[in-house]
Amino acid sequence: MFKRWNLKGGLDLEGHKDLSRQYSIINAAIPDQLIYPLVDRSGNAMTVLVKTGDRVLKGQVIAGSKGVQGTLLHAASSGLVKENEWRMIAHPSGLKSWCLIIATDGLDEPGPVYEPVDYTQLSAADICEKVHQAGIVGLGGASFPTAVKITPNNVRAVDTLIINGAECEPYITCDDRLMQQYPSEILLGIQVLLRALAIESCVIGIEEDMPEAIEAIQQAIECSGFKQIQVKVVPAVYPVGGERQLIYLLTGRETPSQGLPVDVGVVCQNVGTVMAVYQAIVKGQVLIERVVTVTGLGIKKPQNRWVRIGTPIKDLVSQCGGYNGPIERLIMGGLMMGFSLPDDGVGITKATNCILVATSKEVTKSSEAEIQPCIRCGECASACPVNLLPQQIYWHSQGGAHQKCQSFGLFDCIECGCCDVVCPSHIPLVQYFRASKSKLFLKRREDEAATLAKQRFENRDTRKVQEKVEREQRIRLKKLALVKLQKGRPSAPAKMQDKS
Amino acid sequence: MLWICLLFAFLGVILGYAAFRFKVEGDPLVVEIEALLPQTQCGQCGFPGCKPYAEAIAQGNADINQCPPGGEVGVKALADLLGLDAKPLDESFGIEKEKKVAVIVEVDCIGCTLCIQACPVDAILGAAKYMHTVIASECTGCDLCVEPCPVDCIVMTAINPSVLNWQWPEPIQNRH
Ligand code: SF4
Ligand code: SF4
Ligand code: SF4
Ligand code: SF4
Repeated sequence: MFKRWNLKGGLDLEGHKDLSRQYSIINAAIPDQLIYPLVDRSGNAMTVLVKTGDRVLKGQVIAGSKGVQGTLLHAASSGLVKENEWRMIAHPSGLKSWCLIIATDGLDEPGPVYEPVDYTQLSAADICEKVHQAGIVGLGGASFPTAVKITPNNVRAVDTLIINGAECEPYITCDDRLMQQYPSEILLGIQVLLRALAIESCVIGIEEDMPEAIEAIQQAIECSGFKQIQVKVVPAVYPVGGERQLIYLLTGRETPSQGLPVDVGVVCQNVGTVMAVYQAIVKGQVLIERVVTVTGLGIKKPQNRWVRIGTPIKDLVSQCGGYNGPIERLIMGGLMMGFSLPDDGVGITKATNCILVATSKEVTKSSEAEIQPCIRCGECASACPVNLLPQQIYWHSQGGAHQKCQSFGLFDCIECGCCDVVCPSHIPLVQYFRASKSKLFLKRREDEAATLAKQRFENRDTRKVQEKVEREQRIRLKKLALVKLQKGRPSAPAKMQDKS
Repeated sequence: MLWICLLFAFLGVILGYAAFRFKVEGDPLVVEIEALLPQTQCGQCGFPGCKPYAEAIAQGNADINQCPPGGEVGVKALADLLGLDAKPLDESFGIEKEKKVAVIVEVDCIGCTLCIQACPVDAILGAAKYMHTVIASECTGCDLCVEPCPVDCIVMTAINPSVLNWQWPEPIQNRH
């Protein structure tokens, strides 16, 4: 039924999916407050487009970021814009940033409603524009603006659309639930994307341990007659849902190191993103809510909910029955790729697929497992799905030779954490790799700044030399004029002689 | 008289042409050394900028441990390039400090333009009698504008950690 898992590495992880997968997605309540960090995915500031005290309506644009990768942010409910607040945001750094706050009024009054349109009448450019206007970004976690991914001049010779339904991280079930409950909507979303890309072929990759989702999608394909959409079942091996890993498994194409899927003719979208595209184009709704898995032994009622973007995690937790005893870590994203949050006051972002409330049964404190020296066992290398040699990268990283790490493929590391899990010496390998990546990024930025400074210094130098020459010239001319004047006064003939 | 003028003009042209034709491209060693310097252009090394310091090193007129912004790492890189032994920074030229950025307290500025003249990388904007401001992204943190300001309204400020410049911390190493 499916190709054998022919990637090297990966792990067979305990799924813990049954905590949340059997319950239907329910609508979360509107929180009293919506919190929107005013930074985009790359940390650049977002411009606020409303004023303090303004009343905003549901779906109204409230902020946006500029540039080719700019996105829009919409109010998730109606209410009053409050003073911006400097508060903790959902970011691994635990740093603060300015946040836009909306005090909701509970009326949930919608703003301008877009007429639903027949997507088959839309041009590719129209679709891209609508996707941009709806503020859609990749909901799988990377938050890359979807419109950029499907804009014709950005997609070179693409022939395949891949839909990522392989939810390989433990605990997370939001895509599983989406596929079970909204198969025909997802198929329509795919049709829209295929139209935008002007291609025919689409493959949905779903993990083998989601039989209901596979069934639902296959049935919907039967009913709708969208026969060009293919379902391929992939083995439940972590990290099969990694973009590169899935593309390789489904098409046999290898995305080049430092390259993009488009380089091998593929555009890859997550199931959640496809749903958002459906809602935007077919229903005329902007992206103001997403499905979030709230799970872990630390929450009373694990489940999936349609949550408004901006909802404080605190509210979501209390809607899910509240905390269940002492909590070890509050994780945004999955157990493997997510990051710990310092507290539950931060808001849900477009990238939040899961809130994992973990107890000490599920996560061990890193300090508890004592770190031992590397014994060169090679376990990490056999677990690495990208064929790297983690022990080598680690060796250079801990020695401060970050440049060397790069020559061992540091930037191809997807930070999946497989090497971490298998290392018998409990070395926090990924943490080393992230630190090295940060250092190299910083170096790159510093080098750029140095080049700029050098340029500006040289420009200033040339300008100063020029100014000096001009000044001297002026003085010389002045002197000359003076001499002429002095000579010219007593006798006119002297001037004539000069001319000869 | 005219002939003499012409002769000199002719010689001038030849000289000019020769200067253009046989122009010595920048000494490659100087270029390599300069590439390792931080381009802060602060003059702490005793030379008016990184390039003059690079030239002095190349000519053997300066030691490799005189650049505080480059720090120990910079000295090491220079030593590697020149096949010398690394040595500690010569602290008589200053000590390695965290990079800062100049900020003008704009309400106090009297618009004297002295800081503009001092800035080696043209990172200050302003006009006579108008408020001045530092373009933070262009400021190298060289300190040179602080001293000339008659009203002491330029403050060297630490760069705040933000989501943009944040770095993943290194794990605490457990040595055995
Ligand atoms: S974290 Fe990086 S090095 Fe480790 S297994 Fe995953 S891809 Fe390989
Ligand atoms: S798994 Fe750990 S101990 Fe074994 S080689 Fe890799 S880093 Fe070293
Ligand atoms: S001390 Fe300042 S001017 Fe001298 S080389 Fe270093 S950064 Fe450049
Ligand atoms: S030197 Fe000081 S007072 Fe003068 S222009 Fe600069 S900041 Fe303003």
